[in-house]
Amino acid sequence: MGDSRDAKRVRNRLALPYLDAELPLNLDLSRRDILKIAGYGSLAAFIAACGGSPTTTTSLTAKGGAMSLGSYNTDPNSKKGTQAIVDAFTAANGGTKVKLNTVDHGTFQNQISSYLQGTPEDAFTWFSGHRMRFFADKGLATPIDDVWDAVKSNYTEGFAASIKGNDGHAYAIPTDYYPWAVFYRKDVWAQHSYTVPTTWDAFKALCAQMKKDGLTPIAFADKDGWPAQGTFDILNLRLNGYDFHTELLTGKQKWTDPRVTAVYKKWSEITQYYSQAFAGLTWEQGADQLLRKTAGMYLLGLFVSDEFKASGSQADLDQLDFFPFPDMGTQYDAEKALDAPIDVYMLTKKSPTLAANRAQANAFLEFVAKGSTQVLYWQNAPGSIPTATDADTSQYPALTKKAVQIVSNAKRITQYFDRDSRPDYSGPNGMQGFLLKFLANPGQDTTSLQGQMQSFWDSLAPE
Amino acid sequence: MANTTPSLAPVRAQEASEAGALAATLLTRHDKILIVLMVGVPLTLDLLLIWGPTLASVVLSFTNWDGIGSVTGENFVGFKNYQFMLTGYTLFWPAFTHNLIWLAWLTFIATPLGMFLAVLLDREMRGTRIYQSVFFLPVVLSLVVVGFIWELQYTPTEGFINNAFGLVKSGKLIDWLGNPRINLFAVLVAASWRHIGYIMILYLAGLKSVDPSLREAARVDGATEVQTFFNVVLPVMAPINVIIVVVTAIEALRAFDIAFIINQGKNGLELLSILITNNSISEASLVGFGSAIAVILLVISLGPIILFLSRTMRTTA
Repeated sequence: MGDSRDAKRVRNRLALPYLDAELPLNLDLSRRDILKIAGYGSLAAFIAACGGSPTTTTSLTAKGGAMSLGSYNTDPNSKKGTQAIVDAFTAANGGTKVKLNTVDHGTFQNQISSYLQGTPEDAFTWFSGHRMRFFADKGLATPIDDVWDAVKSNYTEGFAASIKGNDGHAYAIPTDYYPWAVFYRKDVWAQHSYTVPTTWDAFKALCAQMKKDGLTPIAFADKDGWPAQGTFDILNLRLNGYDFHTELLTGKQKWTDPRVTAVYKKWSEITQYYSQAFAGLTWEQGADQLLRKTAGMYLLGLFVSDEFKASGSQADLDQLDFFPFPDMGTQYDAEKALDAPIDVYMLTKKSPTLAANRAQANAFLEFVAKGSTQVLYWQNAPGSIPTATDADTSQYPALTKKAVQIVSNAKRITQYFDRDSRPDYSGPNGMQGFLLKFLANPGQDTTSLQGQMQSFWDSLAPE
Repeated sequence: MANTTPSLAPVRAQEASEAGALAATLLTRHDKILIVLMVGVPLTLDLLLIWGPTLASVVLSFTNWDGIGSVTGENFVGFKNYQFMLTGYTLFWPAFTHNLIWLAWLTFIATPLGMFLAVLLDREMRGTRIYQSVFFLPVVLSLVVVGFIWELQYTPTEGFINNAFGLVKSGKLIDWLGNPRINLFAVLVAASWRHIGYIMILYLAGLKSVDPSLREAARVDGATEVQTFFNVVLPVMAPINVIIVVVTAIEALRAFDIAFIINQGKNGLELLSILITNNSISEASLVGFGSAIAVILLVISLGPIILFLSRTMRTTA
């Protein structure tokens, strides 16, 4: 997935994620600022009170003025991309001043509840899926149906569905996504003349062959706990279908269900092909195994290409290719479902300046809904594919084009385990730990483990 | 003469009480304000910053509050959090055990090692200053840095240890951080690396304050080095020893940073402090449940704290 990914990347690069963290809450308001804000508030109230006169009809967007944006894009590439978007917006929107508050990715995520309840910025970066709907339900995000109506023609139906809250209102603008698939190096495969497996049996046969050829068949790295969830997602989607998967992750199905047992059973057939000591490896180290040709395949998000790009060798990046996870021989193969997490921009509810800046914030949301804006971001962070229909795809390299292709072929798209389920369930306390327990001994009878998963779910307070 | 002596006592008593009364009346308005300020400000801060949050935690531990909105009557769930923690929560007892292992390791391995180093360095051997700095250096580093340094040592494929012992070449990797049977001890080695230096400095300071004539006397009486240490130095050092014990206990109970840096405390590295963080501060926001674990940790911590306080009170008295 990508949520923890950026945080991990920063850790690897800067070594000290927590020392690097910026203050999550912007509390550096001077008294004058507060008075100003209060002033704006009462001014707005005054104008509202005078309402009824036709001259006060507000337009959806406005030029000039100011707004603020809270961003978790701290990875060097995405940080540059965000800054580029903000600059372009200021230039295009009559000099609107954007106060950008960038917070370490992991910190931002962990503090999101208190952030949204305190004095957040007007707009913020976030994820779609359950994690978006959760805060919408709590009344901590502002519905943006008006903006969405203005831009929705630029989006396919799948994206439109991804930003709807449980109350049917639109809450976010999707700006980029990346699919999960099985990555490999073309040169290594050509050397051994491997072919892309389309069935489970062919996939396992290929693994066995790779092992014989001295490769680690499947790079696997689960120190951070979330990467294993990608394998659970795809196996559950293939074996039990999209509906069961989403119901399971939201508690409408039981973890003790025999269909879940089947997932673990299938999974145990390939764990022997995993990297050694995978519970101590980060996803970057897994990617390095693929990069250095010691591993044959790697199930991960498109962001694996960032690691190839970071190696500094375009030749390596050119060798990177992928294929969708093989069919398992069930009726659900036809769904061609996959994880393709979508990143979004949203409006907060409690921002003290939002009332005054709403029109500018709307303009910003409209701006990021444009293909040209998203391409600008993609140029900085190539692992993030634009979502808008009018994005100029002509500059996409083959890898990106193919990624777009498999996502548009998918009849069902999921967001990733930890975006589709509740964060307390998917975190280190919950599913991350359970999956590591399973992987420590994949051949085990999973009955008691599944019982633990269910009782942990049952123990969680109602959302 | 004979009748003046007995009358002295009441006179003195009277003088003393007069002095007391005098002292009270001698306090000017200014003094009184000063006293109120000097006692009041720390007291207010203490109540506000320590007792307030502590009591709030205790109250919250009876709720299912998720950190959003205000706590209402509906949030109160009685002892449900405690009940689940002790019976249904699969991570509580492992975390509890890990804290105990941590305590045992520090008490029986790291702390004695630190004391041993202090005794060695106290002997004014050549280069003692250099040794002191070397052993003390890890203490200056933040635990976050210590965690990162050791992560580099332990990483399976790129780490120093597996490479130095040729385990990468032979393909028999030891998963120091990922194998739940050994990763706790790998982390304890890292924690000890820092803890030993800390104890060493504390103990060395104590040793320096021991009156040298005591040792000389012991030597004259024909005691061996070992006898001198255990029968003369150790008893004299009693106050320092208590501090060392308390510091060790507190370090074990608040163990957090290294394990959290390494994998957020899962897969064999569960600790009580990490469970509190993962439950109440993370995105999960199970503030009520996290508070219940915090209350348990508070109760456990009270033991060494009371020991420490009673000891310091007694020595100052």
